[in-house]
Amino acid sequence: MGLTLYDKLWDAHLVDQRDDGSALIYIDRHLIHEVTSPQAFEGLRLAGRQPRRLHANVAVPDHNVSTDPNERALAGYSGVADATSRLQLETLNDNCNDFNIPLIDLADQRQGIVHVMGPEQGATLPGMTIVCGDSHTSTHGAFGALAHGIGTSEVEHVLATQCLLTQKMSNFRVLLEGDVQLGVSAKDLALAVIGEIGTAGATGCAVEFAGSAVTALSMEGRMTLCNMAIEAGARAGMIAVDETTLEYVKDRPMAPRGAQWALAEAYWQTLHSDDDAVFDRELRLDASKIEPQVTWGTSPEMVSSINGRVPSQQSLPDETSKKSLARALEYMGLEEGMALTDIEVDMVFIGSCTNARIEDMRVAASIVQGRCKAANVERVLVVPGSGLVKAQAEAEGLDKIFEAAGMEWRAPGCSMCLAMNADKLAPGKRCASTSNRNFEGRQGSGGRTHLVSPAMAATAAVAGRFVHPSTLEI
Amino acid sequence: MAPFTVHDGLVVPLDRSNVDTDLIIPKQFLKSIKRTGFGPNLFDELRYSDAYDELNPDGARISNPDFSLNKPEYAGASILLSRENFGCGSSREHAVWALCQFGIQCVIAPSFADIFKNNAFKSGLLPVELPEALVDNLFAHVSTGKPLNLSVDLNNEEVRLPSGEAVQFSVDPFRRQCLLKGLDDIGITLERVDAIAAFEDKHRGVQPWLFNEVVV
Ligand code: SF4
Repeated sequence: MGLTLYDKLWDAHLVDQRDDGSALIYIDRHLIHEVTSPQAFEGLRLAGRQPRRLHANVAVPDHNVSTDPNERALAGYSGVADATSRLQLETLNDNCNDFNIPLIDLADQRQGIVHVMGPEQGATLPGMTIVCGDSHTSTHGAFGALAHGIGTSEVEHVLATQCLLTQKMSNFRVLLEGDVQLGVSAKDLALAVIGEIGTAGATGCAVEFAGSAVTALSMEGRMTLCNMAIEAGARAGMIAVDETTLEYVKDRPMAPRGAQWALAEAYWQTLHSDDDAVFDRELRLDASKIEPQVTWGTSPEMVSSINGRVPSQQSLPDETSKKSLARALEYMGLEEGMALTDIEVDMVFIGSCTNARIEDMRVAASIVQGRCKAANVERVLVVPGSGLVKAQAEAEGLDKIFEAAGMEWRAPGCSMCLAMNADKLAPGKRCASTSNRNFEGRQGSGGRTHLVSPAMAATAAVAGRFVHPSTLEI
Repeated sequence: MAPFTVHDGLVVPLDRSNVDTDLIIPKQFLKSIKRTGFGPNLFDELRYSDAYDELNPDGARISNPDFSLNKPEYAGASILLSRENFGCGSSREHAVWALCQFGIQCVIAPSFADIFKNNAFKSGLLPVELPEALVDNLFAHVSTGKPLNLSVDLNNEEVRLPSGEAVQFSVDPFRRQCLLKGLDDIGITLERVDAIAAFEDKHRGVQPWLFNEVVV
C-alpha cells in the first residue's frame, strides 16, 4: 500500500514507537518567539538542562512588538513604550544570549512574524519537522514539511530533547479541483473549506491539500491555505513538494547549496503522497464554484460567500446552534438574514501570518491604487509580515499607494491579528481583517472581526463595505 | 507535576461550544514571563463587567454576577462542564495554567481541541470526553439548581455520578500513566537519550543539510 505525504514525513522522523500508541518524533526546526518561550527557558534553568541542538532553533520577536514606525525607528528595545512588552522582548533576548540560541532581533531587517520569517530565510525546508509555540505553525506545511503548533511545556521538551512526544494523527485529504474565479484567493479556499467542515472538522488529522487549484497556487498562497488548517481543527496542514516549492526555496539564506542542494532536491522530490496512498478521510470541493468569502460570526466556520446572507434561526436544526447564532449576532451587532454586502466597516487590517507576504501586499495595492479610503472607514492598517516584505514593497512603491489612499504603512509584527500591542480594535468597532481568527475580543475587547482575503479587505477599505473585488467601480 | 488519581469536586457549567483560548485567557495577560498568576484573569471578559486596565493591573474589578463561575452556588467548583471543541484556537498553555490556578482540575466536554488537550495533560488538568447525550444530561442536572458533585477516577477511567452510576471515559494510555504517577515528560524522554542520538546519526546521514550551522 502506498504512503501519504504525512506517513512519509512521520516515518522519516520516528525515533521511538511505544505499544501504548505514543511516539517520540525528532524535530528538525524549532522556531521561537517571545510569548510562549519565557516559561520554557525558565523550566530549563530550574532543571539545570541545556538545549540539545542549538542550531535547530531560530528565535524572533513578533507578537508583542510595536508596529508604530516612529517607535520602531528608535532601534533596540529601549524604544518599546509598553513596559511589560519590553520585559517580555528583553527576556527573549536574554534567554537566547544565555543559551546561545540563534536570534533575529527587533532591530534586524529580517525580523518579522515567525511564520513569515522562517520560509523567507530558508529556516523552513521541505521534509522537515517544524514546531513552534504557536498554533499557526501549520503554515510551514506548505513546503511539504510536517509542521505544527505546540504548547510551552512542549517548547521546553523540544529544547531539552530535540524530540516531541506525540501520537500519529489520521490522514485527511482535501482536494480542491478546478480553476478559481477572478478575485478568489487562497484565503477564500481556506475559509470555504472551514465553512464546509467546521472548526473541529479536522481535529486529530493531518490535512493534505491537493488538487489542481492547490498546485496552481504560489508558495504565498499555499502558506495561507496551510496557515488556516488549524482553524479547521487540524494541527498540521501540508502540500506536496513540486517545482514551485523548489524554486521558492533555492538560494534562501539557510537553504542548502551546491552538492548539498542536489542531494536535498532529489530527496524532496519524493515528498508527495503515492498514487495508491489511502486516506482516512477525503473532502472534494469544486474550486471553480468558490466565491470570495466573508465571516459574519465569532468563529471562522461562521462564513459565507460575499453574495450570501447572515443565516437566520429558522434554517438551523437544533437549540445549541440557534443559541450560538444568537450569541454571535448579538456580539457582532448584525441582524439575521442581512446581506453581507450591506455590512459597513470602521477599520481595515491587512496583515498577519495568514496574509502579510509580498503577494498579499501587491494584490491589496493593485486595488487601492488610484483610489481613496472610504469616508466611513476610520483607519486602515497595512502591516507587512517582515522587514524584508516591507523593503520589497517599498522598492515597488506600494507603501506610497497605501499612504496616498489615506492608509497607514506600518512596521512588521503580528499587530492587530491578536492585538497584544497598541494596535487594537475599539469596542463595537467593525473590522475587515486578513488575519485568521474572529473570536470574541481577538482584535480588542468588544471588537468585531470579519475575516477576508487581502483583495476583499482592500476593496472594503475603498468601498466602506463588503463588495466583490471584481465589481468595484472604476 | 502532582499525580491525579481520583478527584471529587463540584461541577460548574459553561454552556457554550467552541470555547476558545482567547476567551479562557485573553491576550493582554500573555505578556507575563511567569508561569503563575493567571487565575484571577481566567475568562476575564466574561467574569468581570468592567474592562481590564493595563495601566492599573492590580486595580479592583467589578465581577459579573451572571457568569457561572461567579455565582455563590458554584464557589469552590473544580470541575468545569462545557460543550464541544473546548480549548480551540491558539496554542497558549496559559489557558491551562489559568484554569488550574483558578482551581479547576478537570474539564468535561464532548470534545477538545488537540493542542489544548495536549497542554492540559502537561499541567495535571484532566480533559474528560463524554458523549454529547451524557453531557446534555449533566447540563440538565445542573440547570435544576441542585449542586452536582462528581467523582472523576482516572485509574478506572470512570466518572461517578451522585446516583452511584458510573460512566466510562478513555484517555490515551501514555498520558494516563504520566498523570497517575505525576511523571515529568522531559525526564521520561531523556531516558531514551541513546535512541535519540542513534536516530540523529542516521538522520544526518540521509539529510545532512538539516545539521548545518544556522548563521544569523
Ligand atoms: S500573526 Fe496572528 S496568528 Fe500569526 S503568529 Fe502572529 S498572532 Fe499568531
